[in-house]
This record gives sequence, structure tokens and C-alpha cells, in this order.
Amino acid sequence: MKPLEPVSTTARVGLGIAFFVIFFAAWAAVTFGGLVPKIFLADPVTMLQEGWYLITNHGFLVDIGVTVWRVVGGFILAALVAVPLGLAMGAYKPVEAFFEPFVSFARYLPASAFIPLFILWAGVGEKQKLLVIFVGSVFQIVLMVAVAVGSIRRDLVEAALTLGARDQGIVGRVMVPYAAPQIAEILRLVLGWAWTYVIVAELIGSSSGIGHMIIESQALLATGQMIFGIIVIGVIGLISDFLFKAVNQKLFPWSTI
Amino acid sequence: MSGVVVSGVSRTFPSVRGGDPVQALAPVDLTVGEGDFVAILGPSGCGKSTLLRIVAGLDRPTTGTVTLDGKPVPGPGADRGMVFQSYTLFPWLTVVENIEFGPRERGVAAAERRATAEKLMAQVGLTQFANHYPKQLSGGMQQRTALARALANDPKVLLLDEPFGALDHQTRSLMQELLLSIWETHRKTVLFVTHDIEEAVFMANRVLVMSARPGRFKSEVTIPFAHPRSYKLKTTPDFGRLEEQLTEDIRGETIIAVQAGF
Ligand SMILES: Nc1ncnc2c1ncn2[C@@H]1O[C@H](COP(=O)(O)OP(=O)(O)O)[C@@H](O)[C@H]1O
Ligand SMILES: [Mg+2]
Repeated sequence: MKPLEPVSTTARVGLGIAFFVIFFAAWAAVTFGGLVPKIFLADPVTMLQEGWYLITNHGFLVDIGVTVWRVVGGFILAALVAVPLGLAMGAYKPVEAFFEPFVSFARYLPASAFIPLFILWAGVGEKQKLLVIFVGSVFQIVLMVAVAVGSIRRDLVEAALTLGARDQGIVGRVMVPYAAPQIAEILRLVLGWAWTYVIVAELIGSSSGIGHMIIESQALLATGQMIFGIIVIGVIGLISDFLFKAVNQKLFPWSTI
Repeated sequence: MSGVVVSGVSRTFPSVRGGDPVQALAPVDLTVGEGDFVAILGPSGCGKSTLLRIVAGLDRPTTGTVTLDGKPVPGPGADRGMVFQSYTLFPWLTVVENIEFGPRERGVAAAERRATAEKLMAQVGLTQFANHYPKQLSGGMQQRTALARALANDPKVLLLDEPFGALDHQTRSLMQELLLSIWETHRKTVLFVTHDIEEAVFMANRVLVMSARPGRFKSEVTIPFAHPRSYKLKTTPDFGRLEEQLTEDIRGETIIAVQAGF
């Protein structure tokens, strides 16, 4: 091993899988070996059995679908508002001066702390879930997009100006394409956080979704079900991450050369 | 008066964090006639880029005016193409798209701008690399693309700020010949900034020597060689004499500049 020396694709995949194998082996060892009582931590096989039971008898796939739709819905709403606003802030300094202090303040307000308030306003239905995800994501995206756009290389803007570009060309055909891969990366990151908000919202007040299932399983002391739910969240996160990366690479081939 | 006329242009940068204001450029006068190739030679930090940026409209003079064909320049515009020392190709565009950028911003039809780009790519020898991204090109290829990109607007004036400064010596020689041959065919008005004496003498019709900061024009040398020029010119005695004369002129200024801490 040498610093920064590249690793082959096969070795990379192999090493990545190896960690999961070790992880499950260790888990199996402590549970089957009796180191940890079953009531606190189910073994991997029980977990899978209970997961299957959830899917076949309790319509868990519907719960998964509901949670995914909440995350994606709230996240898209947030992105629709935040990306244009972040762009405007990054490009036009007075806009930034107007919004930046408030957004910086708002981003430190934990979305989960708003849940009781949102329940009061919007009940425990879909509106409240979307609201939590929206509030949790929107300010983060705004600020990060503004920074990404504002970090445009000055010499690129100047080159565009000497080539005859006007304001619209500078923003639309220089700043936006320059920041686009970073914006995609920001969205990928914040989508990960949005998952945390949705689960918290579902744990606190909900009649469906992965978080709701986990809190119900707790009442039954079904640790296998709870762990299955958590793992499902991880797997979905992994898939969405993978999709995001693939789409980014397709859209911005120049940024990964 | 056609061409670029710089009259009484100076630039003082406001003080940074309580320091003194920096006068980068003393009031200077300069006339570059249409189709002329003028090189500005000076030690680093003497205000060459500042002057060029003011002509480009990227910076405002503290005093004085710049006119192009008798009209004051209002700001940056497509009539003054510029090539920078740093690599400024748009990384998200391929070579051909970079060259098409200017015409596209001006609303030139797709077919026409593609034709322009193809002609220019052939001239700078990049046809094979049309669909490469800047990161996939060497420094010399990037600057050739930047040159083609500036030429695609068919500007009245070409402003070149040490465009070959970051290239190795061999590549730089080839780039000089390329630029010269392009000038010999297009006869554009060129204002070329450099700190390389050989480069200035080889390409320009007039060489202006700038003093250490604040920049002023200290002397002017007319280069009498006829065009087209060949690289073999560089080894002739006449060439050597001009180089020597300019070396003397610039040496004193460089010493001043170094002592002043640049
Ligand atoms: N934006 C700026 N603010 C303050 N000082 C500057 C700025 N740009 C250039 N200068 C100063 O002006 C002087 C001339 O700079 P420049 O024109 O870039 O020199 P050259 O291109 O001849 O090397 C330098 O001392 C530099 O530090
Ligand atoms: Mg310079």
C-alpha cells in the first residue's frame, strides 16, 4: 500500500464485499454464540425470517413505498425551491445579502424539533411528513448551492465576457454548467439526510412507513423486525446513491475525467 | 483614428487592509494601428496585465480613456478577443464547443458557427481533438484552442496576455510560429504582452519596453524584419542585436523590480 496508489476495480469490489461479510459474520458470532441475549439483538437468520414475515403478512412493501414517496416528494419540493434560490444568491450578491443571514440561521434549526409543531399545523398525514423533509433539506441546499455557484472561477467569467457573453449567458451558460456537478453532489448528500428526517417523523406520529413499522416492532420486542427495517433503509440509501452517481457521470462526463 | 488608442491611462488599486494604495500603471499613451502587431515587454509585476485588462474592458482605468476605432470601449466585448496566461477553456465544453462559444453568445446560426470552428481547428491543428474536453489536452493544445476561440468572433483586436508563458520552450517556439502564421494571414490588430525578449522580437512589428511599477513605456523598438518570418530568423545577427538592445533596456527595470520585492 502506498499513498494515493489506485486500486483495481476487482480489488475494490472485493474489498467492499469483504467488509459486509465480516460484519455479518461478527453479528452471527455474537448472536448464535449466545454473547448477546436474543431479546436485545436478533441473529441474522431470524432477522431475515421476520423480514420475510413482514413483507408477506404485513404489507411491508407498501410501507417502504410510502416512505420512499415521502422522501422523494419532500426532497423534490425542497430542490425546486432551493436550487433556483441558491443560484440567484450565488450569482447576485444583493440577493445573497438579503437571504443569507436568515437561511444560515434557519439551517441550524433541527427539522425534528419542528415535528410537534407541524403535527399541530398539518396533522399526522402526508402534508406533515413532506413539511419535515422540506424544512430539513431546503436551507441546506440553498446555502450549499449558493457557495458552489459563487465559487465560479473569475477567469472563466472574464473569458466569457471577452467572448461577448452578457449577463444571461454568464449565469446560464457559464455559472450553471460550472456548478452543475457540484449541485448534483449536494443533492445526493442532502437526500441522505432527508432519510433521517422522514424516519424521525414516522417514529413520532404516523400510521404507515418504515419508521412506523420500527416503532410498532419495538412494542413487540421484535428486534429482528426493527433491524430488518433499518437495513432496508440502508439498502435503499445505497441504491439511490448508486443511481445518483450513475446519472451524474452520464450528465457530466467532463467532471470525472 | 482606426485601431486602439490608449491615452493617459493609469490604474491605482485601492489599499488592501490598511496598506498603501498600489499604483500599478502610471499614465500611459499607446496607439496600435489597424493590422499592427505590438508587443509589450516588461518585468513581472510592472502592470502589463493591468493595461491589457483595461483595453479588454475587464478593468476600469483610474484616469484616461481607451478608444477602439475612435469610440470609447464601454466594457468587455466580442470586438476585442483575449487569450489569458492561465488556462481558461470552459471545462464542460469540448474543443469545438469552446471555439463555438463566442459565436453562440452572439446568436450566430449553428451551421455557420460550426463551419467557422472547423476552419479554425484546422488552422491550429486540432481537428483530431474536436470532441476532447480541455482536461484531456496538453497545455499547448489548450492555448491553441483558446486562440481559436478568440478568433472565432472575428475580433478587431486580439489581446494576448503571456499566452505561452506556462509552456515549455519547444512548445512555445511552435506556438509563436503558429500565431505568427495566423497573423500573417488575418492581419489582425494584435497587442501581445510578454516578458520574453526573443518572443517579442520574433513576432512583433514594434516592441514597447515597460518600466518597473508603476508601469510606463520606457522605450520603443521597431522590428524591421519582413513577413512572413521563419524561425531561422532567431539565429541571425540582426535578431541578436535587437535582442541585446532590449536586454539592456529591460535589465535595469528588472533590477528595480526585484529590489522593490517582486
Ligand atoms: N486587483 C488588484 N488589486 C491590487 N493590486 C493589484 C491588482 N491587480 C494587480 N495588482 C498589482 O498591480 C501590479 C501590476 O500587476 P500586473 O498588471 O498583473 O503585472 P504584470 O502583468 O506586468 O506582471 C502588481 O504589483 C500587482 O500586485
Ligand atoms: Mg501579467
